[in-house]
Amino acid sequence: MRTILIIIKKEFLQVFRNRMMLPMIFIVPLVQMLILVYAATMEVKQIDLLVVDRDNSSYSRGLISKLSGMKMYRVKVIPSAGEKAETSLLDNSADAVLEIPPDCERLLMQRQNSSVQLRMDAVNGMAAGIINQYTSLTINRYHQKWLASLMPRNAGAGLRQIRVIPRYWYNPGLNYKHYMLPGILVILVTIMGMFLSAINLVREKELGTIEQINVTPIRRIHFIPGKLIPFWIIALGELSFGLAIGWLLFRVPVRGSLLLLFGFTSVYLLAVMGIGLFLAALSRTQQQLMFMFFFFMLTFLLMSGLFTPVESMPQWAQTINHLNPFAYFMRVIRMILLKGSGFRDILPEFVSMSIYAVAALTLAVWRYRKTI
Amino acid sequence: MNEQDKNIGGGNTEHVVEVRDLTKRFGTFTAVNSISFEVYKGEVFGLLGANGAGKTTLIRMLSGLLRPTEGVARVAGYDVVHHPERVKFSIGYMSQKFSLYEDLTVAENIRFFGGIYGMKKKDLAKAGEAMIHKLGMEEVEDRLIATLPLGWKQRIAFSIAILHRPGLVFLDEPTSGVDPVTRRQFWEMILETAREGFTIIVTTHYMDEAEYCDRIAIMSRGDIAGLDSPENLQSQFSVSSMEDLFWKITREHKTTDAIPGL
Repeated sequence: MRTILIIIKKEFLQVFRNRMMLPMIFIVPLVQMLILVYAATMEVKQIDLLVVDRDNSSYSRGLISKLSGMKMYRVKVIPSAGEKAETSLLDNSADAVLEIPPDCERLLMQRQNSSVQLRMDAVNGMAAGIINQYTSLTINRYHQKWLASLMPRNAGAGLRQIRVIPRYWYNPGLNYKHYMLPGILVILVTIMGMFLSAINLVREKELGTIEQINVTPIRRIHFIPGKLIPFWIIALGELSFGLAIGWLLFRVPVRGSLLLLFGFTSVYLLAVMGIGLFLAALSRTQQQLMFMFFFFMLTFLLMSGLFTPVESMPQWAQTINHLNPFAYFMRVIRMILLKGSGFRDILPEFVSMSIYAVAALTLAVWRYRKTI
Repeated sequence: MNEQDKNIGGGNTEHVVEVRDLTKRFGTFTAVNSISFEVYKGEVFGLLGANGAGKTTLIRMLSGLLRPTEGVARVAGYDVVHHPERVKFSIGYMSQKFSLYEDLTVAENIRFFGGIYGMKKKDLAKAGEAMIHKLGMEEVEDRLIATLPLGWKQRIAFSIAILHRPGLVFLDEPTSGVDPVTRRQFWEMILETAREGFTIIVTTHYMDEAEYCDRIAIMSRGDIAGLDSPENLQSQFSVSSMEDLFWKITREHKTTDAIPGL
């Protein structure tokens, strides 16, 4: 036990003597949160819509004025199609082109069908989907109103409709920042814990000081915890700092128990640090470690549900995600912060993470060799 | 160098190190080829040889850092394969790659390594103080190792290696890269330590340093090509200097080598 304390003390001395560390711990998370929380958004806030009005009727002008009146749209109208409609999608000056054919109103008045065409820039499929939904809904509503205005007063009584009234639970304002910030916290805490501890171990290999350690009677079961605990503490501190920033700047709610969140994070950190130290035991240089990390971080992070919901991933990807520690933390931190889930709700994740932690740490201790 | 400095281990027949047919192969390359020798308590034992002769591999096996492929080695009474951790407890080690923590102070390094060897706080404080005093480094005690000249660092590294009073110290090319004056000072320190009863096993590729040793083993391509006191070896091979001795031994060894071109 005393040996572990001696190592912890030495690590803390070195960490805080390193000039890069304090900025790393405080400035990096601040900047990341400020930038990523705003930037990493899927929301569509402004649609540049080019309307080709070849009808120029009261119907089409009514639709245009309806669209122009909405905050979502920035509408530009041209009377005829041709090259302009094409190029405006190509040069990104429009997100969508709505074309109203000639005789649209006349056909409708004669109770015939007519159709308008909506072409979208679908390079970003998700955004195109949203534009389609939103625009179709707007046009339909306009059309219904228009139909109703044509009908005799009581004829409309037969047209009963069902209305769906949405209530958005847990995030009623549909605030994307509240969804993103916990995700950014996952990245920060993971980097602090997993990356710093692993880099630290490999650095000792590069400097040669590890040889001096290996020739002492120090035991692996003391050495690995001694290397791990300082960064475990730093990472938990990072979580506190991040939560405070999140609350101060974005009013991210803490609906669940903080104790539960820190409890889960502690176990999670042991798991990812175990993986980190295992990778460090495999690498000889910081460069090798960086490449392995790059691979792990990128794969696991993008699969973790940071941007895209895990539930909509293919089944095989969801199966792989059972091995992805980031995915567990990503889910749990959002559950606790945004939904106020309790211990019973996250019990399966807690159990999985505990098994993961034991396995990863065992692997790290086992792989660490006191021989060359 | 006077006669008194030598023969320190002379007469003592207690073995601190016993090596029998020790072999280390890396793939098809044999770094240490079935060698046997003993080291007596209290002697300064030199391992000489060109780069790649197998000195470092041998010393790493003896200090428990490397598992031998074959053979037996007992160090301070313990088998290096079966009880490497007990061996590690009983030895001090200073590697060719200078390995104190540069971003810790002298005092912090002392506390860390002393603590790792399980020294009691009180004993450690006392031993640390004595060490600093002996080195005459009271003024730099709280300075980072990184700010000190190489010669100082090496003397500190050596002192820390013997802080837990191991009785046996391995020094792997401790003087590579330092100037002749500093080398000389360092050797005086080694000899003084030997006089206190420590056994010292040191590797070097400086031939002149061989004269400081009680006995030397000249290594060539994984074999011990000659082992005796420097004087005896010189007369045995009828040469008048260590330089010539080294040349003669390694060259003769080469011509009898069964595997050419390795």
